[in-house]
Formats: sequence, structure tokens, C-alpha cells
Amino acid sequence: MIELHNISKSFGDHDVLKNIDASFERGKVNFVIGRSGSGKSVTTKCTVGLIEPDQGHVSFDGRNFTELSRRGRKAIRQEIGMLFQGSALFDSMTVIENVSFPLKMFSGLSAAEITRRATECLERVELADAGARYPAECSGGMQKRVGIARAIAMNPKYLFCDEPNSGLDPQTAIIIDQLILEITREYDMTTVVISHDMNSVMEASDTIHFVHEGRILWRGDRSGLIAGGVPELEEFVFASDLMRRLRKAGQI
Amino acid sequence: MFRGLLIRELDAIGTQSIGIVALLSLFMGAVICLQTAHQIGGWIPVYTIGFTVRQTMILEFSPTLIPVILAGKVGSNIASQIGTMRITEQIDALEIMGVNSAAYLILPKIIAGLLIVPFLVVLSMFMGIGAGAWVGVASGVSSLADFEYGMQVDFHVFDVFYALTKTVAFGFILTSVSAYHGYYSSGGALEVGRSSTRAVVWSVVIIMVTNLILTQMLLN
Repeated sequence: MIELHNISKSFGDHDVLKNIDASFERGKVNFVIGRSGSGKSVTTKCTVGLIEPDQGHVSFDGRNFTELSRRGRKAIRQEIGMLFQGSALFDSMTVIENVSFPLKMFSGLSAAEITRRATECLERVELADAGARYPAECSGGMQKRVGIARAIAMNPKYLFCDEPNSGLDPQTAIIIDQLILEITREYDMTTVVISHDMNSVMEASDTIHFVHEGRILWRGDRSGLIAGGVPELEEFVFASDLMRRLRKAGQI
Repeated sequence: MFRGLLIRELDAIGTQSIGIVALLSLFMGAVICLQTAHQIGGWIPVYTIGFTVRQTMILEFSPTLIPVILAGKVGSNIASQIGTMRITEQIDALEIMGVNSAAYLILPKIIAGLLIVPFLVVLSMFMGIGAGAWVGVASGVSSLADFEYGMQVDFHVFDVFYALTKTVAFGFILTSVSAYHGYYSSGGALEVGRSSTRAVVWSVVIIMVTNLILTQMLLN
């Protein structure tokens, strides 16, 4: 379980996060949703230590991450996998080199074992034949899948996905959502997904945190999301014409 | 893994710069030879040509101007490469994995710079002096014997030590300053371009100031 306690962060005069408390459960896909600029990406970056919060702390299974030294954080970071919005694959490396990279750095495995593990991960995301390609030679959906393969290479306990479906067509987006859901169950990970895509939320979420103007305004699950009750949340969920029509037709 | 990265950087900074270093050194050596020949009158001995080419190449052109040229070629490359990694979140990906991104990305470049820039400078010295000798003889302004004599007149080994000391410092400056500007890039492609320009400008400025300071320190 990942817990955020009273996290605040400001950039200059702008308070981006205001006393965020949240807990992300193990074995579940925990969504953080909200409008662009609401603070959800900063929440994630504070959680994984890419940005230092001004106040509060983050704990990973009871371990206070915020107060750890760089060396102490390194041990926890090796238990974290992350899928970035733009995939963040190393463009000077082939697909299999990308997936092998964390293994080479930290696993202590032999070259043959690293190749075997990287191939397994690529097979898991159905890209076994793409190992020799460079990221620039892969489609957006393939790059996301390679990103997932790299993220799971070290058998992480925690998986963070920042806008995993941005730039993807609806069908590919569903494949990515399903993949995230499946590997969360398979590896019994604590998965945190940052998204503003309602299709993804409905497809893959177990728990949902709604961030609005730097605060967690609502938390619950899919059924609660549709039930509404918080005007800002309703405005966000039913922003699209499709969602409004579905609600009007009684489909959701 | 570090050895592999170092070899890659030695290739990128060193091997891939041999062409430009050779081009500049050969032509500068030849031009210095012809200019000196043009300046000396009847009362200045012809061996002065070889002496001037040697001193110019060893003391200033090779150790200072070659790193300045490399700051343009290699420095902008380093800044844009690291800057692109920053804005495409590749550096964040390294940090998330627990990799010290600065050590992983920058250290091999600095060590490669320290090792390979002196090599390029020595290469430049030999090429410049060789080209000067060849042009001097081919154009008839000097005999090979006069040029060789001039090359050996009043030669101090300390001059080479002085030149290589400067070179090591400049190798560090051009790689570290460029890497710094790339590493702290933010925004998009436009900002990476600006970082690249800043990297070259600041590398050149710092090389020039350091050149003055080291010259004062080493020659006094």
C-alpha cells in the first residue's frame, strides 16, 4: 500500500497541492483523475520523489520514503515501475535493450538470464518479435507496451502509469488498460494510474481519487463515480456528450 | 556498463571529431607557414618559419582553438542529447529506476573529454606542423632543412606540458558545461535549442577566461 500524508506543494505563489491525503491499495488499479492542471501529475511526481513536497510524507508499505536518504530511496525505487506519458524509452537503445536496462543495472543476473527475462516481459506484452527495433520504429501503442515491459522487468511492487492512453486510438487504449489491469492482478502490485480519460476509468479502475484544484475532492469506485453528488466531479465525468447521452438513456 | 558508455563517448567526442580537427590543423599550419614567410624580410632567418609554425601550433592554436571548435561540435551535441532526454522524461525514467542520472549520463562524457581532447590536440599539433613543412617546401619559401632547424630552435618541453595542462582543463570545461546546460533544460524543443546555444557560448567564454588564467599561472 502507498500512503500520502498531508502532501502540499507550491511553485512560487501557486499552491499546486493542498494537504493531499490518499492511500493506494495493493493488488488494485488506483486511478487519480482530474482536469488538466488540477495537480494529479504533481501528486505522482511527489509520490515517487521526482518532486520534493513542501510538506507531508509518502510511505510505501509503512516505509517513510520522503525522509529517506538518496541511498535509502534507491532501494524502494528498484521496487517501482513507471510508464510515462510519452513512454520515455531510451531512443539510443533497441526495444530489448530498453527492457534489459534495469536488469543490467540492478539485477546481478547473467547476460543470458537478462535476455531471457527481457524476452519474457516482451512476450507478456505481445511484442516478442519487436526486440531488435528502435523506439522510433514502433507505433505509439507499441511504445506504451514496451514501456510496460520495461516497468515490470524487475518484478516491481508498485506501478505508476502517467496518462497511459494519451495519443492512442480507442481500441489500442483499451488494450493498454486491459494490460495494466492484468499485470496488476498477476504481479499483485499497487498500481497508480493518472488519467483524465473516462473510458480508461470505466475500463480498468478499482479505486478512484478525484483531484480538483490541488485537493482530493472525492474518492470511491466506478459506481460511486456515476452516482455523483459532488458538482465538480459530475462536471468532469459528464463533460463529454457521450457520457451525458448514456446517463440520459439510463445506460450508466 | 560504465566501460561501454566510456568507449561510446570516446568515439563520439574523439573519433568522430578527427575529421574536423585534421581539416583545421592542416590548413592552419599551412597558412601560418605562408603568412610567416610573407612577413619575414631579408634580415630574418628563414628557419623562423618552422619556429613560428611550431610555437603557434603548440602554444595556442592546438590547445585553445581546437577545444573551442570542439565546444561547438561536441558541446552542442552533448547539450542537445541530454536536453532531449530531459524533456522526453528519459532522465526521470532513469531516476525512477534508482539510477543516478547525472553520474550515468555526464560522468562518462567528462572522463572521455579528459582522455580524448589531449589526444586530439597532440594530433592537431603534428598535423599543423607537418602541413606547414609540406607547404613551405612545396611553395619554395623554405627548405626542409631550414624548417626542421626552426622547429628545433629554442624548444622547451615545458611548452608541451603547458599546452597539455590547458587541454585537460578545456576538455573538462567543454564537456561539463555542455552537460550542465543539457541536464537543466526544461520545456520543449525550443528550449533544448537554447540550451545547446548557451552550452557553446558559455563553454567558449569559460575556456577563454581559463586560458588567460592558466597562461598567467604557468608561464610566470
